[in-house]
Amino acid sequence: MKSIKNHLSLIVALVSILFSIQIFVIVERSIDAYKQNLANNYSVVVVSQKAITQKEFFKINKLISKVKVLSPDNVIKRLNSDIDKSNMEFLKLTLPKFYKLHLKSYPSPREIKRLRKNLLNNRFITKVEDFSNTHDTIYKLLVLFKNVVLVFAAVVSIVTMLLILKELRIWQFKHNERMSIMGLFGAPTWLRSAVLFRLSIVDAIISSMIVFAIFTVLSSSNWILNQFKNIDISVVIFDNVGDFFILFGISIVLSIILASMIVLGHKEEV
Amino acid sequence: MDRVIVAKNVSLSYTADETIINQANFSVNSGSFVFITGASGSGKSTLLKSLFGAIKLKQGSLVVGGVELSKVSRSKLNFLRRHIGIVFQDYKLVKEWTIEKNIMMPLIINGYEKSVTTNQVESLLKHVRLKHQAGKYPLELSGGEQQRVAMARALSHNPILILADEPTGNLDEYSSELIWKLLEGANTQLETTVIVVTHHIPTSLNVDYKHFHIEYGTINEIN
Ligand SMILES: Nc1ncnc2c1ncn2[C@@H]1O[C@H](COP(=O)(O)OP(=O)(O)OP(=O)(O)O)[C@@H](O)[C@H]1O
Ligand SMILES: [Mg+2]
Repeated sequence: MKSIKNHLSLIVALVSILFSIQIFVIVERSIDAYKQNLANNYSVVVVSQKAITQKEFFKINKLISKVKVLSPDNVIKRLNSDIDKSNMEFLKLTLPKFYKLHLKSYPSPREIKRLRKNLLNNRFITKVEDFSNTHDTIYKLLVLFKNVVLVFAAVVSIVTMLLILKELRIWQFKHNERMSIMGLFGAPTWLRSAVLFRLSIVDAIISSMIVFAIFTVLSSSNWILNQFKNIDISVVIFDNVGDFFILFGISIVLSIILASMIVLGHKEEV
Repeated sequence: MDRVIVAKNVSLSYTADETIINQANFSVNSGSFVFITGASGSGKSTLLKSLFGAIKLKQGSLVVGGVELSKVSRSKLNFLRRHIGIVFQDYKLVKEWTIEKNIMMPLIINGYEKSVTTNQVESLLKHVRLKHQAGKYPLELSGGEQQRVAMARALSHNPILILADEPTGNLDEYSSELIWKLLEGANTQLETTVIVVTHHIPTSLNVDYKHFHIEYGTINEIN
């Protein structure tokens, strides 16, 4: 019973830190996935006097991922009635070319501006329609959402850190006593702190296991999966290998830092 | 005979303006049994502290087990302490460890093998009549029981020197007798040097002993 109580305070703190880190990672992933979704649906329309090849477009700006030629046929068909065939071909040649550009990722307003400038620098391109009004609102909404989550995660981390610092004093007191007694029987510093490091590494392992269990349950929950399906994105909620090892690493590092702080704060009683 | 302790002009104090022990000269032969008496507050515990380097000398030279304590490095001091068994007046047991583990501590610090450790702890628990309490924590024991644990811990690693600060202070006659027999056994069978602070020198003891009395900061040998 007693030993469980010794472990509990650090484990709770570590679990809450790991939990908020993973939540933030999930939000980041969702926003990225959603942005990719938006990027797939977003395009810029370009009017050019001369044909421009896909390769040339790629050279103009790196963001461009796909170029689609908009066929002028529809326009011509409407005028169709009294134009003969040879004139029609001629018209087709003189008519400006329309291109629809798809982008690799959802651009920021600045990236759009630069893209627009790059495109207009080409002497054949006469007009660029980037639908920036609609784009900007959506983009700002995304940025707002991300900032809100970031602030939230930061607040959780700061509060947890404060709790840990408060706990640290209690741990320090508790471990100081044991380390002093061991010192009175001639234990060298490494041995006096070994107990503490072993304890904190065990706690780190336990807390990453707990977080592993929590997110394994969450990532198989239908309710959660439906939330993501509703906005048409698929997100890796918890990668059993990659995410686990990152969280495990963070908790080991954190607990070793805490243990070191306690050891360094230990006052030698001669 | 070798001398385990040689003190020359040793003065001890906690603050600059008061001196607890004033220019003491004494020595303790290896394998001897020493009693230290004195009124409360006379400096008995302070003198013991100086013997394991827990208080700096204000003045003088103090050699314990060949180690000069007036100028000792941390690692040398640790080395010395690993060969001393101390019973503290306030026990100083590790609260979050079981009785068993507390007694084991000096053995672990001295790097004994697991098999030696468990055997030794078991036999000591039997000697101090606490075998049935082995898995308990210090705060779950009575004061006298904690004192017996402290005694067992001090004996566990077969030290060359035992320093016991009122080891029977909280014990009834029966338990006190138990402790004296343990100390006597360590002294006669293992030739361990034993230094005990006490208010009552037991009459039943079967050893020759020295008796130091502390009064007004000076240490007098009583014959
Ligand atoms: N850590 C300390 N800091 C300052 N003064 C101390 C400290 N420990 C003890 N003293 C003082 O030193 C003097 C001697 O104390 P010490 O503990 O050596 O007495 P003692 O002979 O062991 O008494 P008792 O029989 O009551 O245990 C006392 O006057 C005490 O107030
Ligand atoms: Mg005392």
